[in-house]
Amino acid sequence: MSELVVSEIKRKYMHKLAQANKRIDGRAFDEYRPIKIQTNFVKKAEGSARIELGNTKVLVGVKLEMGEPYPDSPESGVLTTNAELIPLASPEFEAGPPDENAIELARVVDRGIRESEVIDLEKLCIEPGEKVWVVFVDIHVLDYDGNLFDASSLAALAALLTARVPNERFDLGEDEPLPIKNDPPISCTFVKYGGVIAVDPCWEEEMIAEARLTVATDKNGDIRAMQKGLPGSFTIDEVRKIIKSARDNGARIRKVLEKAVGR
Amino acid sequence: MSKKPEDLKLIDENGRRIDGRKFDELRPIKIEAGPLHRADGSCYIEWGNNKIIAAVYGPKETLPRHEQHPLKAIVNARYNMASFSVEERKRPGPDRRSIEISKVIGEALENIIMVEKLPRATIDINIEVLDADAGTRCAGLTAAAVALADAGIPMRDIPVACSAGKVDGHVVLDLCKEEDNYGEADLPIAIAPRKKEILLLQMDGHLTPKEFDEALELALKGCEIVSKLQKEALLKKYMKEVNRENE
Repeated sequence: MSELVVSEIKRKYMHKLAQANKRIDGRAFDEYRPIKIQTNFVKKAEGSARIELGNTKVLVGVKLEMGEPYPDSPESGVLTTNAELIPLASPEFEAGPPDENAIELARVVDRGIRESEVIDLEKLCIEPGEKVWVVFVDIHVLDYDGNLFDASSLAALAALLTARVPNERFDLGEDEPLPIKNDPPISCTFVKYGGVIAVDPCWEEEMIAEARLTVATDKNGDIRAMQKGLPGSFTIDEVRKIIKSARDNGARIRKVLEKAVGR
Repeated sequence: MSKKPEDLKLIDENGRRIDGRKFDELRPIKIEAGPLHRADGSCYIEWGNNKIIAAVYGPKETLPRHEQHPLKAIVNARYNMASFSVEERKRPGPDRRSIEISKVIGEALENIIMVEKLPRATIDINIEVLDADAGTRCAGLTAAAVALADAGIPMRDIPVACSAGKVDGHVVLDLCKEEDNYGEADLPIAIAPRKKEILLLQMDGHLTPKEFDEALELALKGCEIVSKLQKEALLKKYMKEVNRENE
């Protein structure tokens, strides 16, 4: 039967492995699981991407609808990000409105897209102050085996970079690609347990993690966002090591993303 | 069934349907057993342009305890549509339609599960519609049945579903989106194929008793074909595991 918690015996075993410089799935500590991205998975969506990060599977769909702009930015389109941790994906997820984990996930992904201005929201204005495009990014987690932050961000970017503005459906002329402004930052997540730091944690590693750090780097290798989680701490040296690994892994993942979206 | 635009022809002069199919032809169907890692059993189905994934968790202890049934397992089915699975974005979460579909699918599947062998337990069945294009309840139930078998839940049979309907005066198998929107009737059924017991039966539209007989016959024929695909998908997954063990 599907596990809900990591048993004590498994936790001890993972700590023992860590001392011998090994991970439970045999990866190196700075090694990602294989990434597979399939874009245009959902016909009904304006953009979509299904990602596999090892056993973790996430589907992101992008829908565009007409709506009103915010009063403080009347000439700018609107971005809305939502995450659903549906009970299909894991025995610990429950049906119902998004809980704090789903909201944190949606906000972290949203920030990555919004702050680096991946979408050119100003080009999504139809009538200033009246009508703009509202971009809905919906994150649908299908199989939870750890590291939803990186999997969801990457799927959201792949879906947006291949999305189209459905002008035809609203009698506004021909469909066109969603306007993209900047190269997206790539997020890399690390956890610490038993004195070691592991990138791209699987579910068991996430369950026994003492501390977590996500670092997003841009095309130049500069740092664009960071988020620490969980009660444990990092030394300054550890943070430096993590940043270096985030830059190396980020550059590799960027290539996978660019290939998947054909840019 | 909404009113059809004047110039829309659902059946052409050669007796072909709007997507080129014959009256008794199913859309292309692809079934994969066990694609999910965390679930106890799972199934992915592509049925025409429908893309649906089903997962089963359990049997597990029913909690809170006062909800346990002392004599049988509780079967919880949840049919849910992704917000991006339809033309106009759907608000996340259950609406009245998906609650009803969850109920009829759950009841149909409960009939075939040996619930009496699993007292105090719960079996959760999750059906997620990722891309919708008419006939999601039939495709969802068909996928859920494979997921139940994949999870090793004791069942008397593997249920299967298919719909028939009436389009431009003709009884046809497995309605597509346009036929569902502008046709005259839709009749989704689910059966236990070994004894041809009807587990789910719904109809909306207008059929004469003779047309009903015809449509039912056609839907049963469809079920038979889909049933074979279900078994092939399960066999494919478990043959792979057997082969791996033999290596």
